[in-house]
This record gives sequence, C-alpha cells and structure tokens, in this order.
Amino acid sequence: MNESRRKILKSGVGLGLLSALMAVGMISPQQAQAAVGRGAFDAKTLDEAYKAIGVTAPTASDQVLINASDIAENGAVVPIGIKSNLPNTEMVALLIERNPNPLSASYTMTDMSIPDITMRVKMGQTSNVVALVKADGKFYTANKEIKITLGGCGG
Amino acid sequence: MGNPMKIRATLAGEVADIKVLMRHDMETGQRKDSSGLLVPAWYIQDVSISVNGKVAVTAEWGQSVSKDPYLALKVKGAKTGDAVAVTWTDSKGDTRTDEVKIA
Repeated sequence: MNESRRKILKSGVGLGLLSALMAVGMISPQQAQAAVGRGAFDAKTLDEAYKAIGVTAPTASDQVLINASDIAENGAVVPIGIKSNLPNTEMVALLIERNPNPLSASYTMTDMSIPDITMRVKMGQTSNVVALVKADGKFYTANKEIKITLGGCGG
Repeated sequence: MGNPMKIRATLAGEVADIKVLMRHDMETGQRKDSSGLLVPAWYIQDVSISVNGKVAVTAEWGQSVSKDPYLALKVKGAKTGDAVAVTWTDSKGDTRTDEVKIA
C-alpha cells in the first residue's frame, strides 16, 4: 500500500488522487493510520484504552478467535493466539482487562499478512482477555477468561 | 544492540510460518528489586517484520508482553529463499535487526 502511495505522490497528481482513491474505497483512511499510537498503552482501564484507540461500539464476532488455555499456571508467560477470519482485517490488538495497562499489543496488517498471531503475555491476575480486530473500518471483539494461579506482574 | 533473535521461517504452500524469539528483559516498571527499589520500565515498543524488504506486519507492544518475547505469525505469497527481517526498537531507543531466509 505504501509503495503504491509513493508512486501516486511521485506522479505529481498528489493528494487529489489519493483522496479520490479513498473516496472510492481503494485506500481506506483507516488503513492509512491503523496503528493505535503510544497513548493507548497508558490507558488504565479497558474503556480508556478503547477511547484512545478510537473504538466505538465493537461487535462481538465468532469470526474472531482466541486460542489460549482456560488456566495458566504462570502469569508471567501466558501464550495467547488471536485469529481473525474477517475479510480485510487491518488491525489486531490484545487487551487484558485487569492488567494495570490493559492494552498489551497491537498489530497492523498488510495485504501480505494473515491475521493469525501467537504471542506470550504477562497477566497480573485472573482476567478477561479481549481480542480486538478492526476489519473494513469496523471493530469486532472476542472474549475469553483466563485463570491465573500465579501472578506475573510485580514478581 | 541487544541479543540476537532466533527466527524460524518455514513454508507451507504459499504461506510462510514465521516464529521469532527475541531476547529482552521487558521490564514493566512495576517490579521491585531486592533492595525494594522500582526497576524502571524498559521494554520493546515496536516490532516490524518484512519479507524481501516489504513490510508485512508492524506491531506496537506494551509492558505486558512477556520477558524474552515470542511471536508467531503468517505471511502469504512467500517463497523459499525470501529474506525475512525482524526489527525491534525498545523504550530506550535500542534497536536490533535479524534476518533469515525462508526454508
């Protein structure tokens, strides 16, 4: 996407064509700025994090899958996988509701990547985990509670 | 410069399975050391994965990513011999890039 945008800019037609492309939906403005920004990581609650990312009324979707065990023995290393079967997934983020800062990670997708990501996170206590997916400019979520038997934050 | 990453990239059809193990302490800024002082936050903030120089996925991370982060993801339209480069930048501005070829 970026390369083609470079070419458009270089061709001298510039912003006019770019916004025309946006208008016909070839380049969505969301794609142009899918990253959440550092501010969202400082949010202290799930709602604050949503607000910082710009999420309004996310829809629960069975096309967003969280792959993690129900019980994690060690909160310092909790493997979590997120997969989105939604077309045009632009962004995938992981939020842990009861962590001091809920937003854990966000991934910006391109046309080369498949939204199927596995990572390991720290969880301070048993908490609801939210997979947030942005597809076609809309937000979708999936929830899963993961029980922690040994805390991972604070040591 | 940080410690070297372990990257494994294998091909299944047209999809490359990329697994990365980074070496980083990922301090949250909430942990106390043996003398009771807070250990300042120091963690990887940005990760970028590119295939043949083209960015495939970028990530933004917070403190709650585990120590020595593991990341697995998939990239389509890849072929054997393509170069997979992973770059991370941490909160102190330190950065490291490692590269492998898809096997």
